[in-house]
Amino acid sequence: MADYQRRTKDQLAARVAQDIFDGAVVNLGIGQPTLVANHLPAGREVVLHSENGILGMGPAPAAGAEDYDLINAGKQPVTLLPGGAYFHHADSFAMMRGGHIDICVLGAFQVSATGDLANWSTGEPGAIPAVGGAMDLATGAKQTWVMMDLLTKQGASKVVAQCSYPLTGLACVKRIYSDLATLACTPQGLRCIDRVPGLSLQELERLVGLPIAEDAAAD
Amino acid sequence: MIDKLAASVEEALQGTPDGATVLIGGFGTAGIPDALIDGLIAQGARELTVVNNNAGNGEAGLAALLKAGRVRKIICSFPRQADSFVFDGLYRAGKIELELVPQGNLAERIRAAGAGIGAFFCPTGYGTELAAGRETRVIDGRHCVLEYPIHGDLALIKAECGDRWGNLTYRKAARNFGPVMAMAAKKTVATVHEVAELGTLDPEAIVTPGIFVSRVVKIDRTATQAGGFKKKEVA
Repeated sequence: MADYQRRTKDQLAARVAQDIFDGAVVNLGIGQPTLVANHLPAGREVVLHSENGILGMGPAPAAGAEDYDLINAGKQPVTLLPGGAYFHHADSFAMMRGGHIDICVLGAFQVSATGDLANWSTGEPGAIPAVGGAMDLATGAKQTWVMMDLLTKQGASKVVAQCSYPLTGLACVKRIYSDLATLACTPQGLRCIDRVPGLSLQELERLVGLPIAEDAAAD
Repeated sequence: MIDKLAASVEEALQGTPDGATVLIGGFGTAGIPDALIDGLIAQGARELTVVNNNAGNGEAGLAALLKAGRVRKIICSFPRQADSFVFDGLYRAGKIELELVPQGNLAERIRAAGAGIGAFFCPTGYGTELAAGRETRVIDGRHCVLEYPIHGDLALIKAECGDRWGNLTYRKAARNFGPVMAMAAKKTVATVHEVAELGTLDPEAIVTPGIFVSRVVKIDRTATQAGGFKKKEVA
């Protein structure tokens, strides 16, 4: 039996938040990455960008105070912090595509060891394809981080030698924050930044099925 | 005298031809010009190509236009929503053509049309199936894909306040695609909730200058609902 424990979703969100620097402009993808906003360390000023034209996005409003002209990328009501701004879609995506966003945090179906990302389509017949801003973010942000479980529910690694799902971008992911380990994707393959207590590098390599270089000093 | 104020949605939309490409503002349901879409349904144009970020929510607005069978093709980035069942059904039945475009390319292709850009190269989508078969070029060491503008015959915009010259302001994140779509169509119709006397809008606050706007229609404010998020299950 494994003598290590997976990070909970909140622990994982806190682990990602720990690496977001003071003053960073960050885009949090819909779904699990949204949780990161709840774990930003006190005293760190971080500007959240929402693709639909918001910088300085704040948390959800109190019940009854929702304004449906002020929603996030997931179409849920949000607020604007002091200093925040609204702008149109071409400007919003110029922020991504022009390299002005410091960090984007995205979910993923698969990430390759060299940072190829698959997160927009499972390619299933009959599925409705939808890409949204994922390709622009993955390619345009200064750093693209992925936040996901390391394994599928069936136990297969979501970190792979080559993505089998349709690609979102090539060599765009810099880091993978997962429930078991934090990994760096490099042109030479994976490096381990950290892993949960009790999980050996050998066991991590066995789970992923790929070689992983040890890197105690995270970059 | 310049007077772009239209007495009604009906008047503003008259003459919309079959086969038109219609740019429709909005992201989810924020900024969706529901009154103009309803007007387009009543006006009757068919075989439309619609450009919007999504593909309709619930049964109102864009979903109603789809349901009425008026749309031949939709160009969008994110058709799949928790409540996009009208589009989903048409798509699965092969009754609507879909051109799926990364959202930044959608915005920039529309902006390019408005700005007179012939085409542009951009890294988004390189190496993915959405760029398959397209012309590419390495620029400054990055692989880029050739993208063409999206021109509209008609743009339908939901703004906040306007004047008789067609100057527009928007409200919060309902701005989204409005300003770029207004630039990119032969004819742009905007609804507003307030009409300002010429000269009373703060020139620093006008987001869409009237040069991009053909007609302005005042409509009553109705509460919009956020769309696209999953309904909570009742225990």
